[in-house]
Amino acid sequence: MKIGLYPGCSLTGSSREYYESVMAISKALDIEIVELPDWNCCGATAAHNLNKELSLSLPARNLAIAEREKLDTIVVPCAACYSRLSVTQHELHENPELKSRVAEILEMEYHGTSKIINVIQFFEQFATEKIKEKQTKPLGFKVACYYGCLLVRPPKILNFDRPEDPQSMEKIMKSVGAEPIEWNYKTECCGAAMSVAKTEIVGRLSGDIVEDAAERGADAIIVACPMCHSNLDMRRPEIEKYKGKKLPIPVLYLSQAVGLSVGLEKKELGILRHFVKVDLPEKKVEVKEIKENKAEIIVT
Amino acid sequence: MSAHSHQVEKNNLISLIKKDTGVNIHKCYQCGKCSAGCPVALDEMEYPPSMIMRLLQTEDAENEEAVKKSYAIWVCLTCEMCYTRCPMEIDIPTVMDYVRQVSIKEGKTNPKAKSIISSHQAFLDSIKRTGRLHELGFVMGYKLKTFEMMKDATLAPTMMKKGKLHIFAEKIKDKAHINNIFKKTEKK
Ligand code: SF4
Ligand code: SF4
Repeated sequence: MKIGLYPGCSLTGSSREYYESVMAISKALDIEIVELPDWNCCGATAAHNLNKELSLSLPARNLAIAEREKLDTIVVPCAACYSRLSVTQHELHENPELKSRVAEILEMEYHGTSKIINVIQFFEQFATEKIKEKQTKPLGFKVACYYGCLLVRPPKILNFDRPEDPQSMEKIMKSVGAEPIEWNYKTECCGAAMSVAKTEIVGRLSGDIVEDAAERGADAIIVACPMCHSNLDMRRPEIEKYKGKKLPIPVLYLSQAVGLSVGLEKKELGILRHFVKVDLPEKKVEVKEIKENKAEIIVT
Repeated sequence: MSAHSHQVEKNNLISLIKKDTGVNIHKCYQCGKCSAGCPVALDEMEYPPSMIMRLLQTEDAENEEAVKKSYAIWVCLTCEMCYTRCPMEIDIPTVMDYVRQVSIKEGKTNPKAKSIISSHQAFLDSIKRTGRLHELGFVMGYKLKTFEMMKDATLAPTMMKKGKLHIFAEKIKDKAHINNIFKKTEKK
Protein backbone atom coordinates (compact mmCIF):
# COMPACT_ATOMS: atom_id res chain seq x y z
CA MET A 1 0.00 0.00 0.00
CA LYS A 2 1.21 3.45 -0.94
CA ILE A 3 1.02 6.15 1.70
CA GLY A 4 0.92 9.80 0.68
CA LEU A 5 3.28 12.21 2.36
CA TYR A 6 2.52 15.87 2.96
CA PRO A 7 5.85 17.21 4.22
CA GLY A 8 4.95 20.88 4.73
CA CYS A 9 7.40 23.75 4.46
CA SER A 10 9.44 23.27 7.63
CA LEU A 11 10.49 19.83 6.50
CA THR A 12 12.08 21.27 3.38
CA GLY A 13 14.09 23.86 5.32
CA SER A 14 14.75 24.33 9.00
CA SER A 15 13.58 20.81 9.86
CA ARG A 16 14.93 18.89 6.93
CA GLU A 17 16.32 16.28 9.32
CA TYR A 18 12.74 15.35 10.17
CA TYR A 19 12.09 14.71 6.48
CA GLU A 20 15.35 12.79 6.16
CA SER A 21 14.56 10.60 9.14
CA VAL A 22 10.97 9.86 8.05
CA MET A 23 12.26 8.85 4.62
CA ALA A 24 15.13 6.79 6.04
CA ILE A 25 12.99 4.87 8.51
CA SER A 26 10.27 4.21 5.92
CA LYS A 27 12.88 2.80 3.59
CA ALA A 28 14.41 0.70 6.33
CA LEU A 29 10.99 -0.70 7.20
CA ASP A 30 9.93 -1.21 3.56
CA ILE A 31 7.01 1.18 3.72
CA GLU A 32 6.23 2.92 0.45
CA ILE A 33 5.78 6.65 0.81
CA VAL A 34 4.88 9.01 -2.03
CA GLU A 35 5.18 12.76 -1.69
CA LEU A 36 2.07 14.66 -2.83
CA PRO A 37 2.94 16.21 -6.19
CA ASP A 38 3.11 20.01 -6.20
CA TRP A 39 1.84 20.40 -2.62
CA ASN A 40 1.54 23.91 -1.20
CA CYS A 41 1.93 25.52 2.22
CA CYS A 42 -1.03 24.87 4.57
CA GLY A 43 -1.10 28.51 5.65
CA ALA A 44 -0.21 27.68 9.26
CA THR A 45 -1.18 30.11 12.02
CA ALA A 46 -0.88 33.15 9.78
CA ALA A 47 -3.74 32.30 7.45
CA HIS A 48 -6.33 31.46 10.08
CA ASN A 49 -5.38 34.53 12.07
CA LEU A 50 -5.93 36.83 9.13
CA ASN A 51 -8.20 35.22 6.53
CA LYS A 52 -10.55 32.35 7.17
CA GLU A 53 -11.37 31.39 3.57
CA LEU A 54 -7.71 31.32 2.69
CA SER A 55 -6.97 29.22 5.77
CA LEU A 56 -9.37 26.56 4.49
CA SER A 57 -8.52 26.76 0.80
CA LEU A 58 -4.76 26.28 1.16
CA PRO A 59 -5.01 22.95 3.03
CA ALA A 60 -7.95 21.85 0.88
CA ARG A 61 -5.84 22.13 -2.27
CA ASN A 62 -3.49 19.51 -0.85
CA LEU A 63 -6.35 17.24 0.14
CA ALA A 64 -7.80 17.58 -3.35
CA ILE A 65 -4.43 16.63 -4.86
CA ALA A 66 -4.29 13.54 -2.63
CA GLU A 67 -7.76 12.51 -3.81
CA ARG A 68 -6.81 13.04 -7.44
CA GLU A 69 -3.70 10.91 -6.97
CA LYS A 70 -5.74 8.22 -5.19
CA LEU A 71 -3.62 8.44 -2.06
CA ASP A 72 -6.21 7.47 0.54
CA THR A 73 -3.97 7.89 3.55
CA ILE A 74 -1.69 10.88 3.98
CA VAL A 75 0.92 11.06 6.69
CA VAL A 76 1.60 14.59 7.91
CA PRO A 77 4.73 14.68 10.09
CA CYS A 78 4.36 18.36 11.03
CA ALA A 79 1.84 18.67 13.86
CA ALA A 80 0.83 22.16 12.76
CA CYS A 81 0.11 21.02 9.19
CA TYR A 82 -1.61 17.91 10.57
CA SER A 83 -3.86 20.19 12.58
CA ARG A 84 -4.62 22.55 9.68
CA LEU A 85 -5.42 19.71 7.29
CA SER A 86 -7.58 17.93 9.87
CA VAL A 87 -9.44 21.09 10.93
CA THR A 88 -10.09 21.97 7.29
CA GLN A 89 -11.47 18.53 6.52
CA HIS A 90 -13.66 18.70 9.61
CA GLU A 91 -15.01 22.19 8.92
CA LEU A 92 -15.79 21.47 5.30
CA HIS A 93 -17.52 18.27 6.33
CA GLU A 94 -19.67 20.12 8.86
CA ASN A 95 -20.51 22.95 6.50
CA PRO A 96 -21.53 21.91 2.97
CA GLU A 97 -21.95 25.53 1.89
CA LEU A 98 -18.37 26.28 2.79
CA LYS A 99 -17.33 23.07 1.08
CA SER A 100 -18.80 24.13 -2.24
CA ARG A 101 -17.37 27.63 -1.81
CA VAL A 102 -13.89 26.16 -1.30
CA ALA A 103 -14.26 23.82 -4.28
CA GLU A 104 -15.19 26.87 -6.31
CA ILE A 105 -12.14 28.80 -5.09
CA LEU A 106 -9.91 25.82 -5.88
CA GLU A 107 -11.57 24.95 -9.15
CA MET A 108 -10.92 21.35 -8.16
CA GLU A 109 -12.99 18.46 -7.00
CA TYR A 110 -12.95 18.00 -3.25
CA HIS A 111 -14.75 15.23 -1.38
CA GLY A 112 -12.93 15.15 1.93
CA THR A 113 -12.28 11.42 1.91
CA SER A 114 -8.55 11.33 2.72
CA LYS A 115 -7.42 9.75 5.93
CA ILE A 116 -5.02 12.19 7.59
CA ILE A 117 -2.56 10.73 10.08
CA ASN A 118 0.32 12.10 12.14
CA VAL A 119 3.68 10.43 12.51
CA ILE A 120 2.74 8.60 15.72
CA GLN A 121 -0.27 7.05 14.00
CA PHE A 122 1.95 6.22 11.05
CA PHE A 123 4.18 4.10 13.28
CA GLU A 124 1.21 2.61 15.14
CA GLN A 125 -0.64 1.63 11.99
CA PHE A 126 2.10 0.62 9.61
CA ALA A 127 5.22 -0.21 11.55
CA THR A 128 4.55 -1.87 14.92
CA GLU A 129 5.49 -5.35 13.77
CA LYS A 130 8.29 -4.24 11.48
CA ILE A 131 9.96 -2.24 14.25
CA LYS A 132 10.01 -5.37 16.40
CA GLU A 133 11.47 -7.45 13.58
CA LYS A 134 14.21 -5.07 12.57
CA GLN A 135 15.29 -3.88 15.97
CA THR A 136 19.01 -4.30 16.53
CA LYS A 137 19.85 -1.50 18.94
CA PRO A 138 17.25 -1.02 21.66
CA LEU A 139 17.73 2.48 23.03
CA GLY A 140 17.99 1.88 26.76
CA PHE A 141 17.87 5.53 27.81
CA LYS A 142 15.23 7.68 29.46
CA VAL A 143 12.96 9.83 27.34
CA ALA A 144 10.43 12.57 27.92
CA CYS A 145 7.76 12.26 25.23
CA TYR A 146 6.57 15.75 24.32
CA TYR A 147 3.32 16.16 22.38
CA GLY A 148 2.73 19.90 22.55
CA CYS A 149 -0.61 21.25 21.40
CA LEU A 150 -1.65 20.26 17.98
CA LEU A 151 -1.16 16.51 17.98
CA VAL A 152 -3.86 16.04 20.60
CA ARG A 153 -5.95 19.23 20.56
CA PRO A 154 -8.74 19.88 19.93
CA PRO A 155 -9.74 16.29 20.71
CA LYS A 156 -13.21 16.80 19.27
CA ILE A 157 -11.70 17.14 15.82
CA LEU A 158 -8.56 15.03 16.00
CA ASN A 159 -9.88 12.12 17.99
CA PHE A 160 -6.40 10.91 18.74
CA ASP A 161 -5.12 9.75 22.13
CA ARG A 162 -5.99 11.38 25.44
CA PRO A 163 -5.68 15.16 25.38
CA GLU A 164 -4.30 15.58 28.91
CA ASP A 165 -2.05 12.57 29.34
CA PRO A 166 -1.48 10.94 25.97
CA GLN A 167 0.39 7.65 25.90
CA SER A 168 0.85 6.68 22.25
CA MET A 169 4.41 7.99 21.92
CA GLU A 170 5.38 6.34 25.20
CA LYS A 171 4.14 3.05 23.82
CA ILE A 172 6.30 3.34 20.72
CA MET A 173 9.32 4.41 22.74
CA LYS A 174 8.89 1.43 25.07
CA SER A 175 8.75 -0.84 22.04
CA VAL A 176 12.20 0.40 20.98
CA GLY A 177 13.69 -0.18 24.41
CA ALA A 178 13.57 3.35 25.82
CA GLU A 179 12.18 4.24 29.21
CA PRO A 180 9.57 7.02 29.15
CA ILE A 181 9.50 9.23 32.24
CA GLU A 182 6.50 10.78 33.97
CA TRP A 183 6.59 14.54 33.73
CA ASN A 184 4.43 17.65 33.79
CA TYR A 185 4.76 19.41 30.48
CA LYS A 186 3.97 16.86 27.79
CA THR A 187 1.02 18.78 26.37
CA GLU A 188 1.96 22.34 27.31
CA CYS A 189 2.46 24.85 24.50
CA CYS A 190 6.02 25.71 23.37
CA GLY A 191 4.90 29.07 21.96
CA ALA A 192 5.41 28.13 18.32
CA ALA A 193 3.09 30.77 16.90
CA MET A 194 5.30 33.51 18.37
CA SER A 195 8.58 32.02 17.25
CA VAL A 196 9.59 35.01 15.15
CA ALA A 197 7.62 37.92 16.59
CA LYS A 198 7.84 37.30 20.34
CA THR A 199 10.91 35.22 21.00
CA GLU A 200 10.80 36.02 24.72
CA ILE A 201 7.51 34.13 25.09
CA VAL A 202 9.11 31.10 23.46
CA GLY A 203 12.05 31.33 25.86
CA ARG A 204 9.73 31.16 28.84
CA LEU A 205 7.28 28.49 27.63
CA SER A 206 9.87 26.22 26.03
CA GLY A 207 12.20 26.83 28.97
CA ASP A 208 9.71 25.33 31.42
CA ILE A 209 9.34 22.29 29.19
CA VAL A 210 13.06 21.64 28.76
CA GLU A 211 13.82 22.24 32.43
CA ASP A 212 11.14 19.84 33.68
CA ALA A 213 12.28 17.09 31.31
CA ALA A 214 15.90 17.54 32.40
CA GLU A 215 15.13 17.72 36.12
CA ARG A 216 13.12 14.56 36.00
CA GLY A 217 16.05 12.66 34.59
CA ALA A 218 15.26 12.31 30.90
CA ASP A 219 18.28 11.77 28.64
CA ALA A 220 16.41 13.11 25.60
CA ILE A 221 13.15 14.81 24.72
CA ILE A 222 11.19 13.09 21.94
CA VAL A 223 9.01 15.22 19.67
CA ALA A 224 6.81 14.74 16.62
CA CYS A 225 6.57 18.30 15.37
CA PRO A 226 9.08 20.58 13.64
CA MET A 227 7.79 23.68 15.45
CA CYS A 228 8.30 22.03 18.81
CA HIS A 229 11.71 20.85 17.72
CA SER A 230 12.98 24.20 16.56
CA ASN A 231 11.72 25.90 19.70
CA LEU A 232 13.24 23.36 22.06
CA ASP A 233 16.45 22.90 20.05
CA MET A 234 17.34 26.01 18.03
CA ARG A 235 15.98 28.36 20.71
CA ARG A 236 18.12 26.78 23.42
CA PRO A 237 20.23 29.94 23.91
CA GLU A 238 17.06 31.93 24.74
CA ILE A 239 15.89 29.11 26.98
CA GLU A 240 19.16 28.95 28.88
CA LYS A 241 19.20 32.71 29.21
CA TYR A 242 15.68 32.71 30.61
CA LYS A 243 16.43 29.88 33.01
CA GLY A 244 19.88 31.20 33.89
CA LYS A 245 21.53 27.81 33.58
CA LYS A 246 22.85 25.27 31.11
CA LEU A 247 20.35 22.72 29.90
CA PRO A 248 22.17 20.36 27.51
CA ILE A 249 19.39 17.79 27.04
CA PRO A 250 19.02 16.86 23.32
CA VAL A 251 15.76 16.78 21.37
CA LEU A 252 15.08 13.92 18.95
CA TYR A 253 12.30 13.38 16.50
CA LEU A 254 10.30 10.22 17.09
CA SER A 255 11.37 9.04 13.64
CA GLN A 256 15.02 9.52 14.58
CA ALA A 257 14.67 7.60 17.84
CA VAL A 258 12.95 4.72 16.06
CA GLY A 259 15.61 4.93 13.34
CA LEU A 260 18.42 4.53 15.86
CA SER A 261 16.75 1.44 17.29
CA VAL A 262 16.80 -0.33 13.93
CA GLY A 263 20.46 0.51 13.48
CA LEU A 264 20.35 3.55 11.20
CA GLU A 265 23.25 5.97 11.52
CA LYS A 266 23.01 9.40 13.12
CA LYS A 267 23.98 11.03 9.86
CA GLU A 268 21.31 9.44 7.69
CA LEU A 269 18.72 10.37 10.32
CA GLY A 270 19.85 14.01 10.19
CA ILE A 271 20.77 13.98 13.86
CA LEU A 272 23.96 15.92 13.20
CA ARG A 273 21.87 18.89 12.08
CA HIS A 274 20.53 19.60 15.56
CA PHE A 275 21.83 22.63 17.43
CA VAL A 276 21.99 20.87 20.79
CA LYS A 277 24.53 18.09 20.50
CA VAL A 278 23.01 14.65 20.69
CA ASP A 279 25.06 12.75 23.22
CA LEU A 280 23.13 9.76 24.38
CA PRO A 281 24.23 7.65 27.31
CA GLU A 282 25.92 4.44 26.34
CA LYS A 283 23.94 1.43 27.32
CA LYS A 284 24.79 0.19 30.77
CA VAL A 285 21.95 -2.21 31.30
CA GLU A 286 21.44 -5.47 29.57
CA VAL A 287 18.18 -5.52 27.74
CA LYS A 288 16.80 -9.00 27.67
CA GLU A 289 13.96 -10.45 25.75
CA ILE A 290 12.96 -7.31 23.96
CA LYS A 291 11.46 -9.55 21.31
CA GLU A 292 9.07 -12.17 22.48
CA ASN A 293 10.08 -14.75 19.94
CA LYS A 294 13.80 -14.17 19.60
CA ALA A 295 16.81 -14.70 21.74
CA GLU A 296 17.92 -12.06 24.20
CA ILE A 297 19.86 -9.05 23.03
CA ILE A 298 22.76 -7.83 25.06
CA VAL A 299 23.90 -4.30 24.45
CA THR A 300 27.07 -2.94 25.89
CA MET B 1 -37.05 50.10 23.60
CA SER B 2 -37.51 46.38 23.20
CA ALA B 3 -37.48 46.63 19.41
CA HIS B 4 -34.32 48.67 19.65
CA SER B 5 -32.49 46.28 21.97
CA HIS B 6 -33.53 43.41 19.72
CA GLN B 7 -31.85 45.10 16.80
CA VAL B 8 -28.71 45.75 18.83
CA GLU B 9 -28.57 42.14 19.82
CA LYS B 10 -28.60 41.08 16.19
CA ASN B 11 -25.61 43.16 15.27
CA ASN B 12 -23.47 42.81 18.32
CA LEU B 13 -20.33 40.79 18.30
CA ILE B 14 -21.60 37.86 20.32
CA SER B 15 -24.50 37.34 17.88
CA LEU B 16 -22.29 37.70 14.85
CA ILE B 17 -19.93 35.10 16.26
CA LYS B 18 -22.84 32.75 16.89
CA LYS B 19 -24.17 33.31 13.37
CA ASP B 20 -20.85 33.02 11.52
CA THR B 21 -19.02 30.37 13.53
CA GLY B 22 -21.72 28.61 15.53
CA VAL B 23 -19.90 29.23 18.81
CA ASN B 24 -22.30 30.17 21.59
CA ILE B 25 -20.50 32.33 24.13
CA HIS B 26 -23.66 32.73 26.20
CA LYS B 27 -23.04 29.22 27.48
CA CYS B 28 -19.95 30.38 29.37
CA TYR B 29 -20.56 30.37 33.13
CA GLN B 30 -17.24 31.87 34.10
CA CYS B 31 -15.66 28.85 35.75
CA GLY B 32 -12.23 30.14 34.71
CA LYS B 33 -10.79 26.80 33.61
CA CYS B 34 -9.77 28.28 30.27
CA SER B 35 -7.78 31.04 31.91
CA ALA B 36 -6.21 28.67 34.41
CA GLY B 37 -4.75 26.52 31.63
CA CYS B 38 -3.88 29.29 29.19
CA PRO B 39 -0.10 29.60 28.88
CA VAL B 40 -0.14 33.34 28.24
CA ALA B 41 -3.11 34.53 30.35
CA LEU B 42 -1.05 35.48 33.36
CA ASP B 43 2.02 37.08 31.85
CA GLU B 44 0.88 38.48 28.53
CA MET B 45 -2.85 39.09 28.28
CA GLU B 46 -4.63 42.13 29.69
CA TYR B 47 -7.86 40.09 29.61
CA PRO B 48 -7.60 36.34 30.08
CA PRO B 49 -9.86 34.21 27.85
CA SER B 50 -12.69 33.87 30.43
CA MET B 51 -12.72 37.65 30.78
CA ILE B 52 -13.00 38.05 27.02
CA MET B 53 -16.00 35.73 27.09
CA ARG B 54 -17.53 37.84 29.87
CA LEU B 55 -16.88 41.14 28.08
CA LEU B 56 -18.65 39.80 25.00
CA GLN B 57 -21.55 38.46 27.07
CA THR B 58 -22.36 41.94 28.39
CA GLU B 59 -23.24 42.94 24.80
CA ASP B 60 -21.99 46.37 25.73
CA ALA B 61 -20.49 48.36 22.86
CA GLU B 62 -17.64 49.69 24.97
CA ASN B 63 -16.69 46.22 26.15
CA GLU B 64 -16.73 44.94 22.60
CA GLU B 65 -14.40 47.74 21.60
CA ALA B 66 -12.08 46.75 24.42
CA VAL B 67 -11.94 43.20 23.08
CA LYS B 68 -11.33 44.32 19.49
CA LYS B 69 -8.55 46.63 20.64
CA SER B 70 -6.99 44.15 23.02
CA TYR B 71 -3.52 42.70 22.83
CA ALA B 72 -4.83 39.41 24.25
CA ILE B 73 -6.51 38.35 20.99
CA TRP B 74 -3.16 38.63 19.20
CA VAL B 75 -0.94 37.02 21.78
CA CYS B 76 -3.24 33.97 21.91
CA LEU B 77 -1.15 31.06 20.65
CA THR B 78 -4.03 28.97 19.32
CA CYS B 79 -2.78 26.20 21.57
CA GLU B 80 -6.35 24.89 21.99
CA MET B 81 -5.93 24.27 25.73
CA CYS B 82 -8.95 26.41 26.66
CA TYR B 83 -11.26 24.67 24.20
CA THR B 84 -10.05 21.25 25.33
CA ARG B 85 -10.75 21.97 29.00
CA CYS B 86 -13.90 24.10 28.78
CA PRO B 87 -16.77 22.19 30.40
CA MET B 88 -19.18 23.93 28.02
CA GLU B 89 -17.03 23.10 24.99
CA ILE B 90 -16.76 26.71 23.92
CA ASP B 91 -14.36 26.97 20.99
CA ILE B 92 -12.42 30.01 22.21
CA PRO B 93 -9.63 29.79 19.57
CA THR B 94 -12.27 30.13 16.85
CA VAL B 95 -13.66 33.18 18.67
CA MET B 96 -10.14 34.62 18.80
CA ASP B 97 -9.70 34.07 15.04
CA TYR B 98 -13.00 35.77 14.38
CA VAL B 99 -12.32 38.79 16.57
CA ARG B 100 -8.82 39.21 15.12
CA GLN B 101 -10.29 39.46 11.65
CA VAL B 102 -12.91 41.98 12.80
CA SER B 103 -10.22 43.96 14.56
CA ILE B 104 -8.17 44.19 11.36
CA LYS B 105 -11.17 45.00 9.19
CA GLU B 106 -12.20 47.85 11.49
CA GLY B 107 -8.65 49.11 11.91
CA LYS B 108 -8.67 48.55 15.65
CA THR B 109 -5.58 46.42 16.14
CA ASN B 110 -3.61 46.93 19.32
CA PRO B 111 -0.33 48.79 18.69
CA LYS B 112 1.58 46.26 20.80
CA ALA B 113 0.48 43.53 18.37
CA LYS B 114 2.20 45.13 15.41
CA SER B 115 5.13 42.72 15.32
CA ILE B 116 2.81 39.70 15.60
CA ILE B 117 0.58 40.89 12.76
CA SER B 118 3.63 41.74 10.66
CA SER B 119 4.97 38.24 11.12
CA HIS B 120 1.66 36.73 9.97
CA GLN B 121 1.61 39.05 6.96
CA ALA B 122 5.21 38.36 6.04
CA PHE B 123 4.41 34.65 6.22
CA LEU B 124 1.46 34.97 3.85
CA ASP B 125 3.43 37.24 1.49
CA SER B 126 6.03 34.51 1.24
CA ILE B 127 3.61 31.73 0.37
CA LYS B 128 1.70 33.96 -2.00
CA ARG B 129 4.88 34.39 -4.02
CA THR B 130 5.91 30.78 -4.28
CA GLY B 131 3.20 28.51 -2.85
CA ARG B 132 5.52 27.39 -0.09
CA LEU B 133 7.09 29.15 2.82
CA HIS B 134 10.60 30.38 2.18
CA GLU B 135 11.91 30.75 5.71
CA LEU B 136 14.69 33.18 4.90
CA GLY B 137 12.39 35.30 2.75
CA PHE B 138 9.80 35.24 5.52
CA VAL B 139 12.22 36.46 8.18
CA MET B 140 13.65 39.12 5.87
CA GLY B 141 10.13 40.29 4.99
CA TYR B 142 9.32 40.46 8.69
CA LYS B 143 12.42 42.55 9.35
CA LEU B 144 11.51 44.97 6.59
CA LYS B 145 8.04 45.34 8.08
CA THR B 146 9.21 45.87 11.66
CA PHE B 147 12.76 47.22 11.32
CA GLU B 148 13.91 44.68 13.89
CA MET B 149 16.99 44.11 11.78
CA MET B 150 19.16 42.43 14.37
CA LYS B 151 16.59 39.94 15.55
CA ASP B 152 17.82 36.37 15.23
CA ALA B 153 20.97 37.56 13.49
CA THR B 154 22.92 34.86 15.33
CA LEU B 155 20.57 32.07 14.29
CA ALA B 156 21.14 32.26 10.54
CA PRO B 157 24.87 31.37 10.39
CA THR B 158 24.40 28.18 12.42
CA MET B 159 21.33 27.23 10.40
CA MET B 160 23.35 27.74 7.26
CA LYS B 161 26.14 25.57 8.57
CA LYS B 162 23.68 22.81 9.44
CA GLY B 163 22.15 22.96 5.98
CA LYS B 164 18.83 24.27 7.30
CA LEU B 165 18.58 27.55 5.45
CA HIS B 166 17.84 27.85 1.78
CA ILE B 167 18.94 31.02 0.04
CA PHE B 168 16.51 30.49 -2.78
CA ALA B 169 12.83 29.79 -2.42
CA GLU B 170 11.36 26.43 -3.28
CA LYS B 171 8.54 27.06 -5.71
CA ILE B 172 5.59 24.96 -6.64
CA LYS B 173 4.86 24.45 -10.32
CA ASP B 174 1.33 25.73 -10.36
CA LYS B 175 2.04 29.14 -8.86
CA ALA B 176 -0.84 30.61 -10.83
CA HIS B 177 -3.22 28.38 -8.92
CA ILE B 178 -2.00 29.67 -5.56
CA ASN B 179 -2.21 33.21 -6.83
CA ASN B 180 -5.75 32.63 -7.89
CA ILE B 181 -6.65 31.21 -4.48
CA PHE B 182 -5.23 34.33 -2.82
CA LYS B 183 -7.07 36.59 -5.21
CA LYS B 184 -10.41 34.88 -4.71
CA THR B 185 -10.18 34.86 -0.94
CA GLU B 186 -8.86 38.39 -0.60
CA LYS B 187 -11.65 39.97 -2.59
CA LYS B 188 -14.36 39.85 0.05
S1 SF4 C 1 -13.72 27.28 30.58
FE1 SF4 C 1 -15.53 27.63 29.31
S2 SF4 C 1 -17.21 27.97 30.75
FE2 SF4 C 1 -15.29 28.15 31.91
S3 SF4 C 1 -14.85 30.36 31.88
FE3 SF4 C 1 -13.76 29.47 30.16
S4 SF4 C 1 -15.18 29.67 28.44
FE4 SF4 C 1 -16.36 29.98 30.28
S1 SF4 D 1 -5.82 29.01 22.52
FE1 SF4 D 1 -5.26 31.09 23.13
S2 SF4 D 1 -6.70 31.64 24.74
FE2 SF4 D 1 -6.83 29.42 24.50
S3 SF4 D 1 -5.43 28.62 26.05
FE3 SF4 D 1 -4.27 28.80 24.13
S4 SF4 D 1 -3.30 30.83 24.20
FE4 SF4 D 1 -4.92 30.80 25.76
